[in-house]
Amino acid sequence: MFRPLAILAIAVALAGCDGKPEQQAATGAPAQPQTGGVLRVAFDGDPNCIDPQQAGNNTALNVGRQLVDSLTDQDPQSAEILPWLAERWEVSEDSRQFSFHLREGVTFADGSPLDAAAVKANFEAIVALGARAQLAGTYLAGLESVEVTGPLSVRITFRQANAQFLQASSTMSLGLFSLDTLKRSAEERCQGALVGSGPFTVKRFEHNKLVRIEARPDYNWPSSIAGHQGRAWLDAIEFHILPESGVRLGSLLSGQIDVNTSVPVQDEAVLEAQGVPSINRPNPGIVFSLTPNVSRAPLDELAVRQALNKAIDRSQFQGVISRYQKPASSVLATSTPYYQDLSSHLAYDPQGAEKLLDDAGWHKGADGWRQRHGKRLGFALDYWQATTPVLELVQQQLRKVGVELRLNKSTIGQVSLQQTSLDYSLWFFNLTRADPDVLRTVFLSSGRNVNVRGPLPLDRLLLDSAASLDAQKRGTLIQQASAELLDQGHVIPLVEAATVTAFRDAVRGLHYEASTRLQFYDTWLVQP
Amino acid sequence: MNSSPFWRLGQALLVLWAAFSLSFAILYALPGDPVAILLAQSGEPGAVDPAQVAELRARYHLDGSLWQQYGGALWRLLQLDLGVSLQTGKPVAAALAAALPATLALAFSALLIAVPLGIGVALAAHQVRRRPVQAALHNAPALVVSLPTFWVGLLLLQLFSFHLHWLPAMGEHGIASLVLPAVTLALPCAAMIAQVLGRSIASVSQQPFVQALRSKGVGRWQLLWRHILHNASIPLLSLTGTLLGNLLAGAVVTETVFSRDGVGRLAQAAVASQDIAVVQGVVLLAATLYVLTNLLTDLLYPLLDPRIRQGSRP
Repeated sequence: MFRPLAILAIAVALAGCDGKPEQQAATGAPAQPQTGGVLRVAFDGDPNCIDPQQAGNNTALNVGRQLVDSLTDQDPQSAEILPWLAERWEVSEDSRQFSFHLREGVTFADGSPLDAAAVKANFEAIVALGARAQLAGTYLAGLESVEVTGPLSVRITFRQANAQFLQASSTMSLGLFSLDTLKRSAEERCQGALVGSGPFTVKRFEHNKLVRIEARPDYNWPSSIAGHQGRAWLDAIEFHILPESGVRLGSLLSGQIDVNTSVPVQDEAVLEAQGVPSINRPNPGIVFSLTPNVSRAPLDELAVRQALNKAIDRSQFQGVISRYQKPASSVLATSTPYYQDLSSHLAYDPQGAEKLLDDAGWHKGADGWRQRHGKRLGFALDYWQATTPVLELVQQQLRKVGVELRLNKSTIGQVSLQQTSLDYSLWFFNLTRADPDVLRTVFLSSGRNVNVRGPLPLDRLLLDSAASLDAQKRGTLIQQASAELLDQGHVIPLVEAATVTAFRDAVRGLHYEASTRLQFYDTWLVQP
Repeated sequence: MNSSPFWRLGQALLVLWAAFSLSFAILYALPGDPVAILLAQSGEPGAVDPAQVAELRARYHLDGSLWQQYGGALWRLLQLDLGVSLQTGKPVAAALAAALPATLALAFSALLIAVPLGIGVALAAHQVRRRPVQAALHNAPALVVSLPTFWVGLLLLQLFSFHLHWLPAMGEHGIASLVLPAVTLALPCAAMIAQVLGRSIASVSQQPFVQALRSKGVGRWQLLWRHILHNASIPLLSLTGTLLGNLLAGAVVTETVFSRDGVGRLAQAAVASQDIAVVQGVVLLAATLYVLTNLLTDLLYPLLDPRIRQGSRP
């Protein structure tokens, strides 16, 4: 393919020839938000499906967030769950029942009311979407019933404790659509046949080209943490799909787009040198990690897994990652609610690693590699992400203690096939969600079980952490579960994922919501 | 060679069937699972209900043995049903119909630039007498052919769009947004035309009838225009197929660099996500274009070259 570093090098070098970014609006800018204007936003890939209930990729969720409102909203700073469509709610003691009381007067863009019946229909439709709505489906797993208890009151009951559901109710994945939309086929909805209650409505969706959404003039029910009331400031947003990073960079610098949602590490220096404003935030959820398949020798040995964690010097990662990224200090990213610094469990201890391996009978041979009974200590890792420098550094660090890591950059198709057929030694991934419940979905032995392990006491911790909304209790359980995962070598966290968004000076009020996706309701343009 | 219309049509259908079958076999043999890719995109590696996966598989005709899948796909094709894209849920025919106009506009604009440019360079290389200029004109095509399209595209963008602000870097807003991608795509084609025509002009100029005309005192330009070019242009016709291939392959890169919609982008995205129905649709479209182009070339040959006309009658 035509994506080698060379292109970037050229683009970056040439971008340096350009003048200053367009700044005509910067001086004497009015402090008051202005209504109007079309914001041009660059994406790096086609959203494929813009229905937030079905979608999973970031570009799609960035569009979907603008089309729907959610029952609740999550404060990106405090992680607190706050009112949006629901004015108030009650959660049962056992975290199985959630009652929401909706605000009055909210309508979908087709004029139909957003009431308790609409909430019921939406949640039942998500379950009916099945594998098509994987993300939303996970949030609603174990749904027993949705009862309409009043025109604006709805009670949602799960078969098991489901504390994460309150946070899930703030996501775009559980955003609400009109009854007409729910009657459409999954495919039609993907193509943009979507009528939500959000501040923007879909106007055009042309694959590989553009998504255009326009402001709804009568919108008047923003989240309780929004910066203003009434309609969105912008008249419309155009999401342009610009696959080449050099083209996104040049288009931003020459004022042909207003926002670049995908800034690769290589472009950060140029943007900084040109004084281009940007926002960045670590993605909450599980950091980029290696998870061992413990059903396979030699990763079934605790000593080997522990040695891997000790042999990695995470402080060295900063040299090969973005300035906005941090080396992992736990399995959860710093921006995740209930995150706690567990770097003491991830200390660099090469002597400790060597001793563990020696004691387990893995001795260094003349060639520097460890072996036992003539078998070399090594693993293959197939991955598709653009994180090769980090993984190569891990490879070198493991080499120092005599462990071989064979890297194979592959395609997403091949890697996901290995994962579904459990044909892997180490799985490399990250996962974005603004709730620590990701630990349960990923590591529970009866859940996704990325470790391919049998039941352990750890499962109890993971389940209990999902059962309580008591902040202190949940925090303790999450910390215990995280520490246990690290100490048992069930996860080898490497670096945090981060999102960097660069924009023109004329763009104001651009911000991330809790899961580090963009929310444009409060965004405005100086001199629209 | 039998040239009855029925024989030709049969040949064309055979080529289409072969292209379809070959691409089907290759896609089937690729490691990876389209449904797994689709679900992996949904982000969370949550537990997926196998029954739901099976339902998705059945829905997109991805269940059953190789022969069942192949037979089903061929049967649907015979009913002119190209299937539905796994990634977007859109009918493949609609996706192709939406992408084709942009690619056709790009390809035709590129040809409009490439043909006069290629011919012009070849003629100039032949006519110019100053040594250094002639050497430059002779060597330029070989150089341009070897430049990677994405690199040329990025350079043009950098200069004319980002720096000089003359032309937009993206979108499909009329002629302005077509100029840079068309030039990018046209350059290698023009170079190829210049190479073939230049060689052909050189060899025709050596022929006795040219010597004879020259000794009769026919002027340089008249000789080239009326006598040499007519004969030298015949090999160009055989280049049509290669040019078409070049344009389609170049469209993948050009459309990506210039963020344009089109068949190339569609193909690239479909291959990456193993969206089998879409890849097959693109392959069939390309094969159809090839077949039509070759048919047209075969019909044009006798019109341009009387020798072939006579030769076809034993």
